[in-house]
Amino acid sequence: MAQSNSRPLSPHLTIWKWGPAMAVSIMHRVTGNGLATAGALGLVWWLMAAATGPDAYAYFVRCATSPIGYLVMIGLSWFFFQHLCSGLRHFVLDMGAGYELRNNKSWSIATFILSLLLTGFMWLYIFGKAL
Amino acid sequence: MGTGTGIGRVRGLGSAKHGAQHWLVQRYTAVGNLLLVLWLLFSLLTLPGLDYESVTGWIANPLVAVPMMLMIVSIFWHLRLGMQVMLEDYVHDKGLSFFSMLLLNFYAFGGAAAGVFAIAKIAFLGAAE
Repeated sequence: MAQSNSRPLSPHLTIWKWGPAMAVSIMHRVTGNGLATAGALGLVWWLMAAATGPDAYAYFVRCATSPIGYLVMIGLSWFFFQHLCSGLRHFVLDMGAGYELRNNKSWSIATFILSLLLTGFMWLYIFGKAL
Repeated sequence: MGTGTGIGRVRGLGSAKHGAQHWLVQRYTAVGNLLLVLWLLFSLLTLPGLDYESVTGWIANPLVAVPMMLMIVSIFWHLRLGMQVMLEDYVHDKGLSFFSMLLLNFYAFGGAAAGVFAIAKIAFLGAAE
């Protein structure tokens, strides 16, 4: 589309000093779209395989429990917990709270710590149960 | 629509009293996802097994099939709204933008239909032989 070039440009990514609030916002979008594509397709694949029959389900399980399958599932679970934590942060911000610089920074960092802990504990539980 | 003054450009593009709808539904479905996906995770972690018989037998239970269908609807609704915002930010070309919305709608409705159909088939017919 022809757009006027005389309009001022907003500052680009490169001139910003990276901060936790910026990182958590970008990760919210990255994790959301990752879940929306890979996560949703994986979920529907699992359900479709279960609806199709034992062979299709066995094929799904074989893929999901391959090394790459585990990597994808661990990644998606971390994406889910990160999106969940930054989503909860969104709810607080939506209510108009948590904008004080110090608060905003510490809760931004907290979403990352919490999502990593949740992911770690979940997979420890899964692998612990399998042993 | 005017092309001169700022007010001229904005006139006719202003509030249609639906501005908050997209934003609100994004939040409603976020709450739905929060509850339902956590329920799915906890259920999968506590099921005695994740083999074909255990999973299909579990999904066939009405108390599982119904929330699972709701979860599919909530997830695909939420992702449709979220991906729309992402595409609106990055796809500037009018034609491509239209095409990307078309694909997004196909994806969201198609994925949701596939998920709900799969659950319904398991619930109504039981495990396939």
